[in-house]
Amino acid sequence: MRRHRHNHSQALTLDQIKSGETVWVESIQGGWGCCQRFNQMGIHAGDPITVKRNGVLGGPILIQVHGSEVALGRGMARHITVALQKILNDT
Amino acid sequence: MTKTKIKRSSNTNIALLQEKQKLEHPQIVLTGQPNCGKSTLFNEVAGYKSAASNFPGATVTYTQSHVNLHGEIFDIVDLPGIYSLTSMDQAATESQRYLLTHQVDVIINVVDASTLSRSLELTLQLMDLEIPMVLCLNMIDEAERKGIQIDIDKLSNELGIPVVATVASHGQGVRDLFRSAFATVNQPSPARHIRGNRDVELVIAKLTRQLKKDVGESIPFSIHLLATKLLEGDQTFIDIIQKMHPHILPIVEKSARALAQTHGKPAHEVINAERHAMSMSLFEKVATFKKPKIQLRDRVDDVLMHSFWGYLIMAGLLYLFFHTVFSVGALLETPILNFFEGLKATLLGSINPDSLIYHLLSSAIEGIAGGVAIVLPYLLPFLAGLAFLEDVGYLPRVAFLMDAFMHRVGLHGTAVIPAVLGYGCNVPAVMATRILSSSRDRYIAAVIATLVPCAARMTIIFGLVGVYLGGTAAFGIYVLNFLVIVLSAGIMSRLLPEETPGMVLEIPVYHWPSMRSLVNKTWFRLKEFIVIAWPLLIGGSVLLALADAYGWSPALDQLTRPVTWLLGLPKEVGMTLLFGILRKELSMLMLFQALGTRDVITVLSWGQILVFTIFVVFYVPCVATIGALIRQLRARRAFIIVVLTFILALILALLTRGFVFLIG
Repeated sequence: MRRHRHNHSQALTLDQIKSGETVWVESIQGGWGCCQRFNQMGIHAGDPITVKRNGVLGGPILIQVHGSEVALGRGMARHITVALQKILNDT
Repeated sequence: MTKTKIKRSSNTNIALLQEKQKLEHPQIVLTGQPNCGKSTLFNEVAGYKSAASNFPGATVTYTQSHVNLHGEIFDIVDLPGIYSLTSMDQAATESQRYLLTHQVDVIINVVDASTLSRSLELTLQLMDLEIPMVLCLNMIDEAERKGIQIDIDKLSNELGIPVVATVASHGQGVRDLFRSAFATVNQPSPARHIRGNRDVELVIAKLTRQLKKDVGESIPFSIHLLATKLLEGDQTFIDIIQKMHPHILPIVEKSARALAQTHGKPAHEVINAERHAMSMSLFEKVATFKKPKIQLRDRVDDVLMHSFWGYLIMAGLLYLFFHTVFSVGALLETPILNFFEGLKATLLGSINPDSLIYHLLSSAIEGIAGGVAIVLPYLLPFLAGLAFLEDVGYLPRVAFLMDAFMHRVGLHGTAVIPAVLGYGCNVPAVMATRILSSSRDRYIAAVIATLVPCAARMTIIFGLVGVYLGGTAAFGIYVLNFLVIVLSAGIMSRLLPEETPGMVLEIPVYHWPSMRSLVNKTWFRLKEFIVIAWPLLIGGSVLLALADAYGWSPALDQLTRPVTWLLGLPKEVGMTLLFGILRKELSMLMLFQALGTRDVITVLSWGQILVFTIFVVFYVPCVATIGALIRQLRARRAFIIVVLTFILALILALLTRGFVFLIG
């Protein structure tokens, strides 16, 4: 299967996504604790995320993932790299 | 239902290895993710015991109740909500420890049916415990509203455990749930072993075999769970192995490396991804989807979390809240006080007003009156209002709105939740700091929580400054307090310059709170005051009368003289400050006693009233709060907080004295 990926020189992170858009998680950039916290909320590589609210500078963003809403601090959102299309696993 | 106990589990990881105590009645344990309605379910059967609320981390420690339901007697335990069985934060560690060290006859895994796909990840981990289990699909109405139809029989078949759908807030399905739990105690159905990809399972199986051979005898819980958690890098389990069988660790590391190599990511991510994939495929097997119904409440957040209107409404709501509390309190206070004055006159009319017995009885009545007339009218509306805001689910929204602001003082949005709770009582506020994941954040948040004027201090602010200097001055104290908090938090985060990990907070759907839960929660917190504060209040009043009669008070007043002298207060005030450490509201009530009048303005100048109030608002947290601080932060940090708040209060009160002198 073909793998769709965006060719950004820098990876696209969740904090850059506008309200109303849906993206797919590419990877979580962070240590053990960071990964665990995202995983607990149902955020894993490959999952679709809809950004519900991405407001003022520096403020948190609100996302919808697997039917629940989660608030992420902007710094936390930067740990999540995303793709604009569904990533098809080649394993 | 009879007695309830709030316990705390032991701190050593080695405790996991001890023999379990055998208990008389079946132990039914409720566990599940935050916001799944566990505490509501618990309240439904246990009555006035556990406080449910609509934000993560509501259950402070575990709550236990002895229940007699349709002739069946059992103990029911409500564990703190956890997202996973990995020891990530204190709540998870506590739940994990409970499940591993106590007798658990059946686990009721409560699940918010509308977030089933995510919740199943915890379910799979719980099944690994190899304890009989029942799955409770709670809030099934919510799932249907979201367009998710769940095939309950199919889910039960897939998992191999009973599944019961409930709407706990309406009591729907609760009876069936417990019937099913009972059946499971006597005749547990074997849970299916749900396994993932072959290569991952092979690594886990190999490690499990190794562990069985080497440590099997000494570990009283599921080895499969141990193997998985070791691979996940769970510190609790690593500590155990480190202490007991250090030679196993290199083998674990080797297995973890093998996993990481074949999957191109760390072992903990591999295991998590695996569990996620299993949950998703289970969910897809049992769920069918329809178009969700859009309701008004789905649109509410467009306004309440709006980057302009959201703040405006938040400020408005808080103003309205305090205004209502104050006006309701003021409305009730005078008639109740008058009633007690009348009562005292009739009861004590025939007793010689100079006798000791007269003083004792009159101070006892004043103690009772103080509790009823001053504390209750303000406290009751306040606690009821706070319970409503909590249950509706507004607090996480406040955390969202305040995140950017909280970053300025070196914390993040979640830290707002303990602060807001602090306005009710500092004790649950300090305990709620557990929802923060870094210990430095918990420290700062606990300091903020103790500086927030609780309902008891609110009665002092309103009862003294509000009455004698007016509502604006009372409001001014809140503003000053807020500024001091911001400044202190800012200074503390400069001193502890560790970066805050940031907010990851679930925003639950709005719920119209059930009356039962509101009443329970308000009562639960009010009871603390009635049971603990009131006897202290009456006892304190009597003690003060005795002290006066036998001439002890000068000694105590002398002891506190340096402080009262510095603040320009009469020396009789000293003793009330000591009482205030027991319970904050005692300061004011004892003040009436010590000065011998309710009309404080005849004895103290308005400036002295202001200085007194400022000092009382900031100085040393009450005994109960100190206890909570010690539990949460350890004695050293609690001691630092006590000393610092005392110094802070002294400085602020002196500044106030100077300010009063200047505008004279």
